[in-house]
Amino acid sequence: MTLPMGRAQREIFGETLTEMARTDPRIVVLDADLGSSTKGDIFEKAHPERYLQMGIAEQNMLGVAAGISTMGFVPYISTFVSFAVVRPLDQVRVLIAQTMANVKITGGYAGLFTGQAGKTHQIVDDVSIMRAMPNMVVVSPCDDTEAREVLRWSITYDGPVYIRLMRDATQRLFDDGYAFRFGEVVTVREGRDVTLVSTGAQTARVVDAADILAADGIDAHVIHVPTIKPLDVDAIVAAAERTGEVITIEEHSIIGGLGGAVAETLSERRPTRVRRIGLPDIFTESGTNAALLDLYGLSAPRVAEQVSALLRRA
Amino acid sequence: MSEIAAPAALEPAELERLREIARRIRVEIVRTVDHARAGHLGGPLSAADMLAVLYFHTLRIRPDEPDWPDRDRLILSKGHSSVGLYAAMALRGYFPLEEMATFDAVGSRLQGHPDMLRLPGLDMSTGSLGMGISAGVGMALGARLGGRDLRTYVILGDGECQEGEVWEAAMVGARYRLDNLVAIVDHNRLQQFGWVASAAPERIPHPPEAPGELVAKWSAFGWRVMEVDGHDIAALVRTFEAAARPDGRPVAVIAHTTKGKGVSFMENRYYWHTRAITPEDFAQAMRDLGEDAPDAVEGAR
Ligand SMILES: Cc1ncc(C[n+]2csc(CCOP(=O)(O)OP(=O)(O)O)c2C)c(N)n1
Repeated sequence: MTLPMGRAQREIFGETLTEMARTDPRIVVLDADLGSSTKGDIFEKAHPERYLQMGIAEQNMLGVAAGISTMGFVPYISTFVSFAVVRPLDQVRVLIAQTMANVKITGGYAGLFTGQAGKTHQIVDDVSIMRAMPNMVVVSPCDDTEAREVLRWSITYDGPVYIRLMRDATQRLFDDGYAFRFGEVVTVREGRDVTLVSTGAQTARVVDAADILAADGIDAHVIHVPTIKPLDVDAIVAAAERTGEVITIEEHSIIGGLGGAVAETLSERRPTRVRRIGLPDIFTESGTNAALLDLYGLSAPRVAEQVSALLRRA
Repeated sequence: MSEIAAPAALEPAELERLREIARRIRVEIVRTVDHARAGHLGGPLSAADMLAVLYFHTLRIRPDEPDWPDRDRLILSKGHSSVGLYAAMALRGYFPLEEMATFDAVGSRLQGHPDMLRLPGLDMSTGSLGMGISAGVGMALGARLGGRDLRTYVILGDGECQEGEVWEAAMVGARYRLDNLVAIVDHNRLQQFGWVASAAPERIPHPPEAPGELVAKWSAFGWRVMEVDGHDIAALVRTFEAAARPDGRPVAVIAHTTKGKGVSFMENRYYWHTRAITPEDFAQAMRDLGEDAPDAVEGAR
């Protein structure tokens, strides 16, 4: 059984902020000429006076975000993650993180799915970078439901938040009754043989992989980590204790991301072998979503295959 | 292409008061850097007069209520000149002057580069050049959206204007017609190291800067540009008054200044950007700034 497709996180981004802004006059969107891609355009139609077009000038945009936040507004960023995190990294660090500015770094196009744009637009080291930055919170929602809940939560948190949103439709893991709890993991499948830890849209593919593994007699325990920083350390330790065998899976580099965070935590708190599935130390290439997931071993069948191989190797 | 504010009368007593404040800011800059054995000299000294005029005449601020929401905002985009900003703020009453002795030290509210989370009254953290103007655009936009009648002032270095971000901000500031935003460029024609001049060992700021280059650039970006002698207190007062009369464009004030102004041997010497002071230098600096010589020698330990 595979999980059904939900809606694209970028549409959720445009719609949810539009709806939030109806009752919250503090919300503004700063765009760097990509509203038609990020679906910031939905917000522009509803709240034109609060849609601030900054042009193709991302360093300035992140600086403007810091400035306008000191005047009581809460800016959400609309551009691809590559251009919201890495291009203006020093602005994010000095003006937003160091000042605890109430700025939400959003926009979408994290990970591999960029409409076949390839290496410049794909970003698989953003979590490592943002996780290492003091004061920065990192949240990576799985599906449309969770993306909406995370956006709604974000306005209640006074400080910088990086919300790792995706471009395309992702499989739906959570139904409408789901309530996001900041800083907590979600156990999405109970099992005894191995603990699979995932985040973002990858979690849904891991849940599907667990079904494949079950057919082969492997009973996987799956936990979803929407808040990568601050990490729910106790829950990670408990999930590791349960099976004594941990594998992390993420649509991100295996260096410094979720896998890094889990390995750091467990080696200090409860030494457990952690093996990491994700992007190796490479720049990725363009292709259709399905082809990329297959190429990089992140589709459900490829994840199942790798997990059983790792367990056989013991 | 640029305006020069028309002369208007400034009370002689007010002129004298502001001159004395500028002098005291300079004394504090040299004393503090000497005491900390660290920090910048040339840049803060060139900005001392504009800081005096802004903090003691132009800005609508309440030092006893530093978070007053309707205050004018000031961003020192050339954050390495922090010691000058701190001197002005201390003299204006934001914190006791004795606290200047903690400058740069562990635990101090007076960090090497400005930190808004530590010091009340500081509107923006800076230190990475090129950013303050973006934050200023954000504040001016926020003031407009929030219906607040206040102005945002940003002090930039001329070397800092080599940062591409400055021109990104200039583009957006003009696009939104932010006439509540005033960028002041401390045009002292030197930066930290710069390019070798034809008469080595001197150094020059821009790869031979064309006369009027900064005026032309800010104008081309759609800003209203004013020029002023950045050490003429009365002219600074008039210029900031004129800049406060909105005409739909953000204002760039190109302040012609001398790096190291007020200390004879530091003036126009690029290497006084930051450098340790010897006791003899210190005594000479204090004499140049009109402090008593005996005091000065004693201060130099
Ligand atoms: C982004 C960035 N690059 C380099 C520096 C190091 N730096 C500090 S001051 C300075 C020279 C600044 O020159 P200018 O803006 O003309 O200032 P002033 O001459 O008035 O001191 C440099 C290169 C920095 N602080 N930030």
